[in-house]
Amino acid sequence: MRGTKFVRTRAIVAIVTAFLFVAAACGGDEESVSEAQRSTGPIKIWYSNNPEEIEWGKQVVNAWNKEHPDEEVPGQEIPAGETSEEVIAAAITAGNTPCLVFNTAPAAVPQFDRAGGLVNLAEFEDGVSYIEERSGDRAAQYGYPEGEYNQMPWKANPVMIFYNKDLFKKAGLDPENPPLATYDEFLAASQALVDKGGVQAAIWPAPSSEFFQSWFDFYPMFIAQTGSGQLVEDGQAQFNNEDGVAVAEFWRQMYEEGLAQQETYNGDAFADQKSAMATVGPWAIAVYGEDIDWGVSPVPTQDGIAPEETYTFSDEKSIGMYTSCENQGTAWEFLKYATSEENDGLFLEISGQMPMRTDIIGTYSEYFEKNPEYEVFAEQAERTVEVPMVSGSIEMWQEFRNAYSASVIFREEDIQPAFDSAAETINGLVEEGS
Amino acid sequence: MAVAARPPRRLINRIAGRHPVGVAFAAPYMIFLVVIYAYPIILAIYMSFHDYFFAAPGAQVDRPFIGLDNYSTALGDPAFRRALLNVVVFLVINVPLTVGLALVLASALNTALPFRTFFRSSYYLPYVTASVALIGVWLWLFNSDGLVNAIIGEAGPDPTWLVNRFWAMPIIAFFATWKQLGFYVLVYLAALQNVPQELYDAAAVDGAGKLRSFQHVTVPGVRSATTLVIILATIVGANFFTEPYLLTGGGGPNGASISPVLLMYQEGIEQNKPGYAAAIGVILAIGVVVVSLVNRFLLERD
Repeated sequence: MRGTKFVRTRAIVAIVTAFLFVAAACGGDEESVSEAQRSTGPIKIWYSNNPEEIEWGKQVVNAWNKEHPDEEVPGQEIPAGETSEEVIAAAITAGNTPCLVFNTAPAAVPQFDRAGGLVNLAEFEDGVSYIEERSGDRAAQYGYPEGEYNQMPWKANPVMIFYNKDLFKKAGLDPENPPLATYDEFLAASQALVDKGGVQAAIWPAPSSEFFQSWFDFYPMFIAQTGSGQLVEDGQAQFNNEDGVAVAEFWRQMYEEGLAQQETYNGDAFADQKSAMATVGPWAIAVYGEDIDWGVSPVPTQDGIAPEETYTFSDEKSIGMYTSCENQGTAWEFLKYATSEENDGLFLEISGQMPMRTDIIGTYSEYFEKNPEYEVFAEQAERTVEVPMVSGSIEMWQEFRNAYSASVIFREEDIQPAFDSAAETINGLVEEGS
Repeated sequence: MAVAARPPRRLINRIAGRHPVGVAFAAPYMIFLVVIYAYPIILAIYMSFHDYFFAAPGAQVDRPFIGLDNYSTALGDPAFRRALLNVVVFLVINVPLTVGLALVLASALNTALPFRTFFRSSYYLPYVTASVALIGVWLWLFNSDGLVNAIIGEAGPDPTWLVNRFWAMPIIAFFATWKQLGFYVLVYLAALQNVPQELYDAAAVDGAGKLRSFQHVTVPGVRSATTLVIILATIVGANFFTEPYLLTGGGGPNGASISPVLLMYQEGIEQNKPGYAAAIGVILAIGVVVVSLVNRFLLERD
């Protein structure tokens, strides 16, 4: 009968819908943490997908596997995605993260921790001592939540200003001692580069609105200007103070006078010599070294400070151990193996990036004698500042980037009110998460 | 006279109808629909009413019920309101342009044209080409030192097209129109086959020229296809993501070309706030359904 069919169809739909709601609300099982920490056996790791880190990863994994046939480590590149953080977040949700990821961004650690994805390395007997002995005072910046280490600081790429000596010469600037210490000097040099150096922009940081872009324009200069201040400290936004506004006004002037571009360059503006400077880490030496006669300078401050007192952004990547790991005992031993003095040295040699280890210049003096061009980055690596370890970190950076984009890059709002409004929102976010 | 009593229905027939083997054949696709469509939609609606975030399997996390908080936050969010305005701008440009151009091109391609196959393929080519590849072409056209500015020189806007607050959305709308045109030309081409030639002959006898024939024979003749094109273009247009993401660097000059789906990506994937992203998605879906129903009502009143 038509009526019966209609009632039956409705009943089936209602039952299926109710089932789906229940299924949506269901959770899963829990595993014993301490058992996993003691357990040994094969583990999987992910390393980054740039050629130097792949080379290092393969060498370390092969060496470990020869010595530990029962605890084999098949390493692989992190799967492709728009960002590594999204790939890792998806893997956490799916429960198929590897034991270790040698590319965990500190900014994502609060989010991964909230999702229950990270192992607290402080729970290992020698966890805290190993991390703090290796990285010294800088380790404290990576402790989150307080008293825990959900990441191991691994390597840094302290941000400095790379410049093209040929273009500087063409613009009539001293290529060996370029005038880039103060904002006025930087602006004047930029103007000369655009007028006479034949470049489209003196420097071309990405003007797009991804949350991480501020790490390569505003943040390094904010850290230098404040002498090691973070974007947020003690739960309060700092970027809307006098120093933050000074940095923003400097960049706004760069955009206003066409010394930096509002449009994203499709390619590498520094390599293509469309810009004469770039904010880079030591990785740039391997990338540009053969084609460009380069120089390096610390990031500027408003009134100029000595290079040996200038702080900058670390652009650090950590190693995370993930809760889906069954053999955390092996994972911890492998983590210590991969960050030993020998393997840190191998990493430095292959990639030129700075291990987060105290006194790398003294420890690897032979390397720096053969490669003196890296020494300036090694010295800078002693004075780096990390992103604030706060809950909602990515949302915080996006909020800041939106305000920066509106008031500095596109100059549609005034800086102070835009920064004040963003600060209010960010303070609320940080308070909510604490 | 006594009527023969019907035999009682077996249990399987009462549950699965007169032909249970039909249910068995349909079951695999039903399971696919439930898993791929129904479950995610139900989950999204569920998430939108909770302070929901993705977590590791087995992690003990708190996802409290928060009622309509996500919805009220979304409706008060200036970025979401900007995104909705951008959808309106997009649809106002894209839908009429799509309908007009697709019908005119389909009419032209329906005639005995030299190199007709070449033209038909050319209009369809952007539709089957990946957006990522096509966007490279448009960036080359509309960059500050691109072809368009090279031709029009000083007449170009400042700031240039893709970083201009007023031009970013229209450029995206034109790109999307051009890219999808081939599909809608096909839809109209198919519909035109059902317009009887006798009507054109009768119009010609009554003295109608090409334009009057188009207006009074072609346009009414493909009305149902027009309804379909408008509804499809509205649904696809409201969900645009790739174009603002790639053409205008993640939301354009100060969010001038941000779309609701791009906002969902930022909130749901980057910031791990899928509850809030789901609320945006539900509002968007309701809006699209309402607009589609209104379109259908207006176009199929007869």
